[in-house]
Amino acid sequence: MMASVYNAKDEDGHISVSGPSGGSAAAMRGKRPENTAFKQQRLPAWQPILTAGTVLPAFFIIGLIFIPIGIGLYVTSNNIKEFEIDYTGVDMSSPCFNCSQNLSWNSSRPCTCSIPFHLDQPYENNVFMYYGLSNFYQNHRRYVKSRDDSQLNGDLDALTKPSKECEPYAYHENKPIAPCGAIANSMFNDTLEIFYHDPNGTRVPVPLTSTGIAWWADKHVKFRNPSENLNLTAAFQGTTKPVNWRRPVYEMDSDPHNNGFINEDFIVWMRTAALPTFRKLYRIISKKDNMVPTLQRGNYTLEVVYNYPVRSFDGRKRMILSTISWMGGKNPFLGIAYITVGSVCFFLGVVLLIIHHKYGNRNNSANNSN
Amino acid sequence: MAAEVPRKKKKRKGRENKKTRTVLPNTLSEPNQRYANNQIKTTKYTLLSFLPKNLFEQFHRFANVYFVFIALLNFVPALNAFQPELALAPVLFILSVTAIKDLWEDFRRHRSDTEINHLDCLVYCREHRRYVERFWKEVLVGDFIRLRCNEVVPADVLLLSSSDPDRLCHIETATLDGETNLKQRQVVRSFYDLDCDFDPLKYNSVIECEKPNNDLNRFRGYIIHSNSRRDALYKVNLLLRGCTVRNTEEAVGIVIYAGHETKAMLNNNGPRYKRSKLERQMNLDVFWCVVILLVMCVFAAVGHGLWMFQYRGQRPVFEVLSPDGSDLSPITSSLYLFLTMIIVFQVLIPISLYVSLEIVKVCQVFFIHQDMDLYDEDLDSRLQCRALNITEDLGQMQFIFSDKTGTLTENKMVFRRCTVAGVEYSHDANARRLAMYQEIDSEEEECTSRGGTLPRRDSIGSHHSAPMHHSAPVVLRSHSTKSHRRTGSRAEAKRASILSKHTAFSSPMEKDVTPDPQLLEKVNDCGAQLDFLRLHGRPWSQLPSDLADIMDFFIALTICNTVVVSSPDQPRHKVRLRLELKSPVKTIEDFIKRFTPSRLTSGSNSSSSSSLATNRSSARGCSSILSSPSAESTLTKLEEEQQQSLNHAFSSTPPSYDRKLWQEGAKLRYEAESPDEAALVYAARAYKCSLVGRLPDQVTVELPQLGKLSFELLHTLGFDSTRKRMSVVVRHPLTDEITVYTKGADSVIMDLIRTEDTGKRRKKILFRTQNFLNLYAADGLRTLCIAKKTLNKEEYTYWLQRHLEAETSIQGREELLFESALRLETNLQLLGATGIEDRLQDGVPETIACLRQAGLQIWVLTGDKQETAVNIAYACKLLEPEEEILTLNANSQESCALLLEESLHYIQTKFLSSSSPFFQPPSSSSSSCHSLPFMVHRLGLVIDGRTLAYALDRSLEDTFLAVARSCRSVLCCRSTPLQKSMVVKLVRNKLKVMTLAIGDGANDVSMIQVADVGVGISGQEGMQAVMASDFALPRFRYLQKLLLVHGHWCYSRLANMILYFFYKNAMFVALIFWYQFYCGFSGSAMIDQWYLIFFNLMFSAFPQLVTGTLDKDVSSETLQRLPQLYRSGQNSEGYKPYMFWMNMLDAFYQSLVCFFIPYFAYADSDVDLFTWGTPITTLALLTILLHLGVETKTWTWMNWFSIIFSIFLFFSVALCYSATCPTCSSPSNPYWTMHRLLSEPLFYLLCLITPVVALLPRYFYRACQGALFASPAGLGAELKTGPVFEPHFLSLSELVKKDCKMSSDFSKAPANQDTAPQVKEGTGRTPLVVTPASTPLQVQTAGVQVTLPPAGGSQPVKYSRKSEEAEPWQSDHAAANEKQQLGAQASLPITV
Repeated sequence: MMASVYNAKDEDGHISVSGPSGGSAAAMRGKRPENTAFKQQRLPAWQPILTAGTVLPAFFIIGLIFIPIGIGLYVTSNNIKEFEIDYTGVDMSSPCFNCSQNLSWNSSRPCTCSIPFHLDQPYENNVFMYYGLSNFYQNHRRYVKSRDDSQLNGDLDALTKPSKECEPYAYHENKPIAPCGAIANSMFNDTLEIFYHDPNGTRVPVPLTSTGIAWWADKHVKFRNPSENLNLTAAFQGTTKPVNWRRPVYEMDSDPHNNGFINEDFIVWMRTAALPTFRKLYRIISKKDNMVPTLQRGNYTLEVVYNYPVRSFDGRKRMILSTISWMGGKNPFLGIAYITVGSVCFFLGVVLLIIHHKYGNRNNSANNSN
Repeated sequence: MAAEVPRKKKKRKGRENKKTRTVLPNTLSEPNQRYANNQIKTTKYTLLSFLPKNLFEQFHRFANVYFVFIALLNFVPALNAFQPELALAPVLFILSVTAIKDLWEDFRRHRSDTEINHLDCLVYCREHRRYVERFWKEVLVGDFIRLRCNEVVPADVLLLSSSDPDRLCHIETATLDGETNLKQRQVVRSFYDLDCDFDPLKYNSVIECEKPNNDLNRFRGYIIHSNSRRDALYKVNLLLRGCTVRNTEEAVGIVIYAGHETKAMLNNNGPRYKRSKLERQMNLDVFWCVVILLVMCVFAAVGHGLWMFQYRGQRPVFEVLSPDGSDLSPITSSLYLFLTMIIVFQVLIPISLYVSLEIVKVCQVFFIHQDMDLYDEDLDSRLQCRALNITEDLGQMQFIFSDKTGTLTENKMVFRRCTVAGVEYSHDANARRLAMYQEIDSEEEECTSRGGTLPRRDSIGSHHSAPMHHSAPVVLRSHSTKSHRRTGSRAEAKRASILSKHTAFSSPMEKDVTPDPQLLEKVNDCGAQLDFLRLHGRPWSQLPSDLADIMDFFIALTICNTVVVSSPDQPRHKVRLRLELKSPVKTIEDFIKRFTPSRLTSGSNSSSSSSLATNRSSARGCSSILSSPSAESTLTKLEEEQQQSLNHAFSSTPPSYDRKLWQEGAKLRYEAESPDEAALVYAARAYKCSLVGRLPDQVTVELPQLGKLSFELLHTLGFDSTRKRMSVVVRHPLTDEITVYTKGADSVIMDLIRTEDTGKRRKKILFRTQNFLNLYAADGLRTLCIAKKTLNKEEYTYWLQRHLEAETSIQGREELLFESALRLETNLQLLGATGIEDRLQDGVPETIACLRQAGLQIWVLTGDKQETAVNIAYACKLLEPEEEILTLNANSQESCALLLEESLHYIQTKFLSSSSPFFQPPSSSSSSCHSLPFMVHRLGLVIDGRTLAYALDRSLEDTFLAVARSCRSVLCCRSTPLQKSMVVKLVRNKLKVMTLAIGDGANDVSMIQVADVGVGISGQEGMQAVMASDFALPRFRYLQKLLLVHGHWCYSRLANMILYFFYKNAMFVALIFWYQFYCGFSGSAMIDQWYLIFFNLMFSAFPQLVTGTLDKDVSSETLQRLPQLYRSGQNSEGYKPYMFWMNMLDAFYQSLVCFFIPYFAYADSDVDLFTWGTPITTLALLTILLHLGVETKTWTWMNWFSIIFSIFLFFSVALCYSATCPTCSSPSNPYWTMHRLLSEPLFYLLCLITPVVALLPRYFYRACQGALFASPAGLGAELKTGPVFEPHFLSLSELVKKDCKMSSDFSKAPANQDTAPQVKEGTGRTPLVVTPASTPLQVQTAGVQVTLPPAGGSQPVKYSRKSEEAEPWQSDHAAANEKQQLGAQASLPITV
């Protein structure tokens, strides 16, 4: 890859000093430095010299490695099926337009809307259902901090005395909020359901699994209900629900293993997104045992209980259906990037080759003249 | 200093004098409490004051304040940046590391203080009436102290009594100034003649002396006795703290200065702190970093304001209210944000930068210390780095200012030739002997050691055993002069030099002088004549005048010095050789008595001592001080008696010549303060005129046929650099005349020779001696003139009177003594002159040539005379034979100005407007890429001290510099220490260049201190230069490796490291900056705060330290073979301002890559903030480490290890961190993040592509750079692979032509440009021969002579050029003739 030189300087002829008067001279040379490779800075070393000739192979090798990887990635990404539907209801024509208007956090009357859609391809394997939000800055500095991990971990003290970080979402009407903080307070609360329109006209609800969507470590270690032995209602006695919530935390789900702090929708929400446009896993459509694809092609309807206001920040809400591969969701970027970088390296390799032939000869000729 | 106390009124002047201190004995009064006691405390802190004081000191560093400020910002809740405790951690870490280091150092100081304070000494106790043991710390000013042999003096003590019969005390001052020769100290005059033991109780005098100061070589004061008589006190009366008493059984003194007020302690200032050029440049870029930081913060703040503004009051859910529930206005919010951003971006100005630099520099110093090549075996000394933080400056030097004597030369003075009474004695045999040394020197290791037992030498004459050095048995010399066989002499010389490394000036080369047969014959003749005269009772004046001159010449050589005699078997034991003990008589009265014939004939020997004639008390005994006549009265007596004539012959010394004594004398050892003195004494000894004993008042000399003679030493007028001569006033034992022997530089002595009413012979001698002097100078010998003068009593009395006045005055004593000396040294009679060779050190010409090739301009500043200096300059290749020499000798300001103008004009017309292809006009090349508007030509400039003084005038300095910088080498002769430092300062400040001063003696100290880097030669002239220096070298030649290799390495390493540091931090911080665009400029960071803070401190710290310490861009061999590579450092090519910005750009590019590849890879996914941030951190780390890899030129296992270790460290820390505590470290709470990431293939895919993309441009650029614009350094590195050196050299010089940077000042190295190397084509194996083709310079050989009108008596500038065929050394005669033609002008234009 590069010209490498090992200098074995440590064997270099050092003037071996045999003092004229032997031992006494040796004793007198107390200040003589030690002749070790390290102290004399003569450690065996590799000295790569970066010139066109030596660097050339590296570029070609990178090109040769990257382009196949890129093609592989690109193909993989293209095999992933993904369907996305924006149900924000910005357009007048949108079914959810009505719901999106005049919506506030505390409106008690749920607004529902249903959006029909068509899947062109059958979706095999597990299909993941996401909700996506745009322009939602879940990564805002103060927002990110506004939580109390101790409380979420079931710490009783923290339950009744939420951390300062939660303020101003720590107490409501002098009662500690559980779960406290702005993240919890702004939890996504739309309900999404999918119905499949049989070719024969019947509306079949697609079964959605609401567990297994959070990290195992979160569900089992990080998030815990306070005093797990007790009834949840009793456990959360003395606290109040977050201001924007409709129901208290202990009424999130009927399943006791998916209720309270360990409700997976809640856990997923609490994992704050990195970028302002993000998606969060909502449900999983498990694959069926037989050869039938998980989602057949055909017509579907998305039923939305429209609770979550996004108009104030010009946000968008989406529902995404996607299969995944070993490298995650659909993302052609990496594949393209690998192909591009590989090609660029290849190209640069050629450039260097030209340079090497044109200018590198100088040194060679000099060498040859010996 | 505790001595700011009201002073006692002085009795005589009756006014308060605040400039003195008064010391009363503690036996009479209460102890002098108002002066500092002898306890020393060098610690900086006490237990209580440590914390505040240390913190206070640390906060003097601006960076520390900045970091603490940022850490404290974290405590402002509104900014809610990091966990405040966490933010404090690195600052506290840095502060505490420094504090612990300081504490440890302080503790060590405390321990040594305690040790010293608890040393014992004998202090007189009033109650017990005897000396009792006390601790040093209990000693007070005014205490009487009894010192025994080999004891260390606890405080500055005024010597009052000594067991030595001569009232002397010998001290060794090695701890103070490193000088190893014994020095004599004298009992205060008034106590000189105490017969019985000194009794402190009887002491009742008061001492007035100057306030404590740090001048080791000055002490002034006087002692006031109870009868209000005053005696002056001198440096010779004072024993300094830290000296060791030698050869003296017992001495008693009174403490004058104690503890911190002692001269030793006042001289004890800690290590110097200099800031290197690189660091200054770096600080500028730190400033730019601050600007970048502020710009980024303002940008973010404005962005945040706008971002908030766009919601126009419709507060979105993610816009969290302030903790108290109130809404923040966009403006307040962005103000807060600004401060938050400063905290978040703080890494841009890295806390670890300064710490890392310190660490790396310490490591570099360690390696320089360890270099075997900088270790001198003969001296057993290695390089010492005394300044720890300017190693990189060594790589950027542009000017070297060198002392000559002892720096370029060995400072081993070897007697070569002499001329006496106009006859030259060439000492050819001696020259051959010296040549043998040189030869054997060059044969290096071949010599097998035979030890010193062999019969060492043949010699001349079977007379008496020759003086031999140390313990070697005395061997009779055979007469076979021819064969100078010196078997094993080198080994022997070497061994001797090792043995004698603690006693200077005693190598056999210096000690053994082979006498000139002709002169020896004359000396013998003279001895015989004297014998004859003595036998027949004839006066000495009947001796033939040439023989008398020879006699006087040798006597002068022997006694006109300050050499101390010791015997070799007890090297520290003074030889006590007083012919007969006589009653100590010390007064002017005694002196007068001795002038009376009665006393002279009374049988008392003429060796009665008189010593330095100061005001003395006359009476004897313990209570002598009480009743003594005043000096005035004695003087009048003297006048009365002066009419009596002196008339006597050899009445004094019996001819006690015996062989045994003579042999004893041969074994004596001489310890001289300056090596030429020793050389002369040894030379005289070769003629059996040897110095056998020196007491303050008497010098004993052994003369052939006459045996021992004692000269009464009346005065010694020591050498000083202004007078350039020294004199002794003695009473000649043979003629009983008062004789002045003067020895000094020929230029001054020649002016003092009496010219009127002298005979023809004298004039002839003068003329011929002058010729010989010129010859000697042409040979590069140091010349000294010896002259004498006899005074009659009248003259002497007249002079003595005024001299005594001068000696006793306190104000302006130096000036008065100086004037007094001037009065004495007039109308001398020339005896002869000596030529002493100061041999060049090994490898000096090569080193100078090499350094010059490296683009260093070398100036030699010497105190020597012009001719000597010029010849040495030729010998050491400072001046080349084909070079033109400009000689500037002016004796007025105007003529100097004219000369300079003329020279400048000459240079310009000669070199700039000429269409010489070899000297490019400055406008075309140099101004475009180099700041120096002047080219350096093949010119040498020689300027003498007087002209230099004019040239350094403010009005002329610019012209002088313009001339001097165009010259390849500059030689300043006859320059004073002050001028040396002025020249350095001028060049440094005006040309803005890096200067290095190298010297070995006290006269170089000021120059060393002024220069950017001061180098001391730890040679023979004591340690003062070393003490003042930043680096101390054993030899001049080591400068080559120090600069070319270590300097280059240190510079390139540090430059790379600093650039890398800036890059690294900018790159890391920019990641967060890009993120602000995606988090509403809210100051959010996707990188966990722990990673953010410890990234610099831990994860990326080690590899750069290793690289900064060990990286070698070019190997040591190549650097030494291609000195041109040094220029990269001179031109700061390792660290140019644009490089900083290029690195910044690269950093921003790389951070963009590291940010956006993960950004797009994770776009619109369900990734959470820190799961996304952790890969970015990883990618940044990998990129940063690989970047270092690209920049690392030499990979040792340390580099591999450190990089792998860093990566391993990061992953293991990250894994541990994310495996513990699921609830801690909010908000990132990285629980299980890393583990999950490691299970995702995407993470690895990112790790593969991102560093590649990030480093692609740099890697490609480096490759192209290597291929197209091969840097000299890279070529040099490549050179190592090539088996033959020359072809590469060719390619380098081609490169050089292309490269503007290189070629700008390349004309300095003529071999590369003037004579473009040519490869003979077809002759495949012929190594390239660089033949110096004749330059146009040499083609036009007609000498150019620019002669000024002799206005103002200025010497003409003479530009003369030597024709090609003439050799500089062709004939001494030619040179001499020419010089003769030019007459007796003091300064001669040097013709080459």
